[in-house]
Amino acid sequence: MGVSKMATMTEESKTKERVEMREQPPLVRARNFREVPYGYSPEEAFEEAGRCLSCKNGPCREGCPVGVDIPGFIGLIKERRYLDACYKVKERNALPAVCGRVCPQELQCESRCLMGKKGKPVAIGNLERFVADYEAANGDMKIPERPRSTGRKVAVIGSGPGGLTCAVDLAKSGHHVTLFEALHKPGGVLIYGIPEFRLPKAIVEREVEYITKLGVEFVPNAVIGKLYTIDELMNGRGYDSCFICIGAGLPMFLGIPGENLNGVCSANEYLTRANLMKAYLFPEYDTPIKVGKRVAVLGGGNVAMDSARVALRLGAEKVYLIYRRSEAEMPARKAEVHHAHEEGIEFVLLTNPAGFVDDGKGNVCAVECIKMELGEPDETGRRRPVPVKGSEFQIEIDVAIPALGTRANPILTKTVPDLMINRKGYIVAEEGSGMTSKPGVFAGGDIVTGSATVILAMGAGRRAANAVNEYLKWKYWEFK
Amino acid sequence: MYKILKKEDLSEQITLFDIEAGDIAQKARAGNFFILRTHEQGERIPLTIADFDRGRGTITTVFQKVGKTTHHLGTFNEGDYITDVIGPLGNHSHIDNFGRVVCVGGGVGIAPVYPIARALKEAGNKVTSIIGARSKSILFWEEKMRRVSDDLIITTDDGSCGTKAVVTVPLEDILSSEKVDLVVAIGPAVMMKFVCRTTATYNVKTIVSLNSIMIDATGMCGGCRVEIGGETKYTCVDGPEFDGHLVDFDLLMKRLQAYIPEEHTAMCGGKMNGGK
Repeated sequence: MGVSKMATMTEESKTKERVEMREQPPLVRARNFREVPYGYSPEEAFEEAGRCLSCKNGPCREGCPVGVDIPGFIGLIKERRYLDACYKVKERNALPAVCGRVCPQELQCESRCLMGKKGKPVAIGNLERFVADYEAANGDMKIPERPRSTGRKVAVIGSGPGGLTCAVDLAKSGHHVTLFEALHKPGGVLIYGIPEFRLPKAIVEREVEYITKLGVEFVPNAVIGKLYTIDELMNGRGYDSCFICIGAGLPMFLGIPGENLNGVCSANEYLTRANLMKAYLFPEYDTPIKVGKRVAVLGGGNVAMDSARVALRLGAEKVYLIYRRSEAEMPARKAEVHHAHEEGIEFVLLTNPAGFVDDGKGNVCAVECIKMELGEPDETGRRRPVPVKGSEFQIEIDVAIPALGTRANPILTKTVPDLMINRKGYIVAEEGSGMTSKPGVFAGGDIVTGSATVILAMGAGRRAANAVNEYLKWKYWEFK
Repeated sequence: MYKILKKEDLSEQITLFDIEAGDIAQKARAGNFFILRTHEQGERIPLTIADFDRGRGTITTVFQKVGKTTHHLGTFNEGDYITDVIGPLGNHSHIDNFGRVVCVGGGVGIAPVYPIARALKEAGNKVTSIIGARSKSILFWEEKMRRVSDDLIITTDDGSCGTKAVVTVPLEDILSSEKVDLVVAIGPAVMMKFVCRTTATYNVKTIVSLNSIMIDATGMCGGCRVEIGGETKYTCVDGPEFDGHLVDFDLLMKRLQAYIPEEHTAMCGGKMNGGK
């Protein structure tokens, strides 16, 4: 393509509408587990890339927790060099097909896009997804040359997004990296948590394959704290350093009556059955799941949206999403809330569950609720919901899924006496480096911060990898 | 992949495997359990570690063919591989010299009681073991249990071996005639419930090991929740052993039934879920 034509396109970009990704129609997709958006065609990607102003300072890049060269890769799309664009992303991000799908771009890169000042920002996430899928469909997976071995061994504990990112960076630095995973498959939340229709598992498997091709050794079925302790890894098994990125773990419940009735199961359990164990293919796969005719999901985060949409796809006739505040306060991504609405999830807002009703045989048959109104702002700045007296009512259900967040899992931490944890059980680690109270041991992701996002864990993995590199050079440790 | 080094049918429904799992064997202790997944489409189920051999690098498990997965597992032979084996999980038994101890094992629960009885005996306790089953044909490990016990009492529901009684009958005889410091009971939930009811009247501390439904068994799913003294606990991370006098057994039994309709579908090879 000639230079002059490109210049014209940049001029035009100011007025061009954002190219939205085509999606399965809501009422069709609500009954299948296939991915919701179809992805861009090369033409669509080319057109959308043309909206990018190629800003010199690239404000979008500052919004990316792993510092992807966004103007760089979009520039390559403008030249129709789609494979090169993918390689450009992979210089900084080993999981582009995942991030293109599940990152909250609207709060990160896209929130900084100049195009967003007047209209809609460039669809950076969609473009990232496109180049990654394009590589998978058209190109050979390009494996960077392996550097000379440093002879150092690093154990990365947890193969979720943070662990994968850290493992890649360390392998690229020439260390021998072992990735320990408690479950039977790598990927952490990408495998057990995020549903197929939002992140197809084949895509996660492909990205993990890339990571093992970089030389990362993967050990499944290894519950650190049980099978090996951190001290055994560092002393007996010869690891020079460890990065702990095990996620948060234990699901929270409300502590209301009837919570242990059959038919009440945590979002973690429901999603693990559906995603990791593929219960949506039961009985072809052996793990069962309660399908439910009338399902209530409790909570307003992304996990709640995922649970509600899984319930619908399993065949529930009616799915309620019960949230104690109003839609404006929901922590879920706007796009996910929109998808849930479109698919017919009924939002029951400003409502708090007060208990579950027993059908007399140990199964849940209804959820008791009370209406709430918004009062003064709380410590998070969101208006605090307060119960409205006398507003109690019941919703008939046969499955209830509390999606209320998680708390720290103690299995690993309680076997490392010199690892400092806070009052709530999370590991105390320096923000910039992930350095902990135990020499040689770094930590990051949800087990440090509490529940957060895929990309924030990836950012922590990146920073920890840099810090591990420094540590292996100097073996210097000062933790404040 | 984890190789089955030995298979022994202890009865028509009960099978023993020695599984090659060196690192788990190094760490396994009485009271631990593990998770296995037979094949790619398989579910994750918890099984007890009935014994371990650190030198050979094996763990021993004994299971009863009750559902789809255990029936499938029963078709595996020596030399076959199990796709996934994860452990050792759960807290191990608290072993100490308590003094006078009674170990009660019912049905397939005899297997996990064995390493606990052995450890208690080695710790200096006087151990009486009571093992029970419906009938002689499904009773196993009499000799093994005898070797680690000062006394062994056998009961069967039909009287085909030992005393014709349920395990609580000889247990009550012991409790009424001498001071017992600790009772350990593992077996069907209903057996543990009645053992606890019996020991409660004599105010004897009783430890039970619960067999809840689990998926990850590392605290992540919360599927194994039980109520202990009115508080919700996770069998996988807080247990599997609990003070039997605090366990809500009726809730446990209901929760164990949660997937019976689906289990039936799986066994019949039927079709259930919609959206594919």
